[in-house]
Amino acid sequence: MHNTPVIQIKNLVKTYQTGGDIEVKAVRGINLDIQYGEFVAIMGASGSGKSTLMNMLGCLDQPTSGSFLLDGVDVAGLNRKQLAKVRNKKLGFVFQGFNLLSRTSALENVELPIFYSQPLVSLGEQRRRAVEALEKVGLGKRLGHHPNQLSGGQQQRIAIARALVNKPEVVLADEPTGNLDTRTSIEIMGFFQELNNSGITIVMVTHELDIAGYCKRIVVMRDGQIISDTINENRHIASQELAALDQAEHKAKLA
Amino acid sequence: MRSGLTALGIIIGVASVVAMVAVGNGAQNRIESEVASLGQNLLSIFAGSRRTGGVSSGIGSASALTLADAEAVAREVTDVIQMSPEATTTAQAIANGRNTSTTIAGESPGYLKIRDWKLASGSMFDDKDVRSASKVAVIGSKTATDLFGPMNPIGQIVRVSNIPFVIIGLLESKGAGMGGQNQDDRIVVPYTTVMKRITGEKYLRCINVQISSSKRMDAAQEQITSLLRQRHRLSEGKDNDFNIFNQKEIADTVNNISKVITLLLGSIGGISLLVGGIGIMNIMLVSVTERTREIGIRIAVGAQPGDIRLQFLIEAITLSLLGGGIGVLAGIGASRIVGMVADFKPIVSTGSIILAFGVSTAIGVFFGFYPATKAAKLDPIDALRYE
Repeated sequence: MHNTPVIQIKNLVKTYQTGGDIEVKAVRGINLDIQYGEFVAIMGASGSGKSTLMNMLGCLDQPTSGSFLLDGVDVAGLNRKQLAKVRNKKLGFVFQGFNLLSRTSALENVELPIFYSQPLVSLGEQRRRAVEALEKVGLGKRLGHHPNQLSGGQQQRIAIARALVNKPEVVLADEPTGNLDTRTSIEIMGFFQELNNSGITIVMVTHELDIAGYCKRIVVMRDGQIISDTINENRHIASQELAALDQAEHKAKLA
Repeated sequence: MRSGLTALGIIIGVASVVAMVAVGNGAQNRIESEVASLGQNLLSIFAGSRRTGGVSSGIGSASALTLADAEAVAREVTDVIQMSPEATTTAQAIANGRNTSTTIAGESPGYLKIRDWKLASGSMFDDKDVRSASKVAVIGSKTATDLFGPMNPIGQIVRVSNIPFVIIGLLESKGAGMGGQNQDDRIVVPYTTVMKRITGEKYLRCINVQISSSKRMDAAQEQITSLLRQRHRLSEGKDNDFNIFNQKEIADTVNNISKVITLLLGSIGGISLLVGGIGIMNIMLVSVTERTREIGIRIAVGAQPGDIRLQFLIEAITLSLLGGGIGVLAGIGASRIVGMVADFKPIVSTGSIILAFGVSTAIGVFFGFYPATKAAKLDPIDALRYE
């Protein structure tokens, strides 16, 4: 279907100027191609540059040098307005802290990206698409709930629905399970696997090897460079892990 | 709660603008009607003050204006439509076993028309009464009450300087005049009667003339001045021996004063509007800081900088318009209360309401713009990380 990668990065460099003349090289010349339909985990300790890379992938930050083609478009040269449009159309975000608007309902949270879409979408169509996305993540009955009335897992599912609602090319997840317990984490990873199976490209940042184990490809970074890029041979399948977890709990209860 | 307090600044500002302008307008209206109660387009020519050894004895004390002067004015000044010579004195009036010291105003039949004064009952004396110096009187409402109480004074006899007058008319109440004296405390009789029977004076105290239109007032005043100077043989450089009281001039002066007062009151309100606007800016800045994360989320999911700015601008405008709306209501309420306490009616003008709304919208835009722009310029990464 697609001959070119969805993400093409060449010699990507990001340098920060911190206090005075000290330069911090957060990302030092990275080359990375990600094909349509991949499920990539970017791993690394803190300070490895993975968050910086993620910010650039998410078009929230501009590289100092190098090129970044997203879906065939060179993003490196775009201005704020154009970047906003790219984020709106081609990217979906899932954050560690969910980042939902607390004073608005689940439905309105999911409508948000469509609300900022151009050309404008009618209110009815906005609602229809948002409801559809929420149904996809199994929250079709909690449209009117506010984030603080829902569990962490449910909030993250709203965030996933929000990420999906504009049918993006890539879903970017930044430590999506960082604030969740083990069981909910596995459930969320199960969601990502289902989404990936349906053809959506997912790039996820995590520092947990367990979580990275659900991905198809694992990229490890250190000191701003990629030190390994491997295909995940023995991939965890969330549904099996959940079943195993259930069994373990069952045994624990019996004992 | 906090928004409410912020809006309070605007509420007070708008309310004070609306109320103060209403009070100012009301006061102006009241003063205007007081000036108008003197009569329509009135010029009063008073005999000049008499100077004896550097002491001025006040307007009307000089013996300068004669009946011939009055007739000449009526005849030769083109815009004069009514003329009433006036010879006034103060005397003791006795009737019904009571007595009161009152103004005896010697006038002509045209006087009521000039002063825009109506009769409550009875009738005014006519030119025949003037010619024959008849002993007839039209009585002011206060004098009537002083002498007769609730009794109908018409047909009664009142004695002034021992001369019996038949009361043929009762004037409508007019209230306090410009000088504060009660205009209703008087007895109006033919001027000839005052001159021939009471004072024996040959001179008039004043000539009241009505001019055809307010635009012609100044021209008429000039004509009268030169006519009288000529008649009194005043050589150039000599002071007038008469004074002309121009109702329009007084009205203009009073109008200007009340306009200044209205402006002053309005600008006090304007200052509180400004303070209210700064309050809005403050709350919006706090709001932008508090909602940094929310802004970050919105930017991350693809909001344009313009979208963010618009959102905060709309919030600021909503806040100030809400304040403006409540302020207008409060202002109307306040002017009602002032209306109950004061003896004039404040006038809430649509103009000031529209102005207040316009200004509060403008304040919302003006003071909301900086915070909104600040929000739109936030860096999404920092904003998302903001705790």
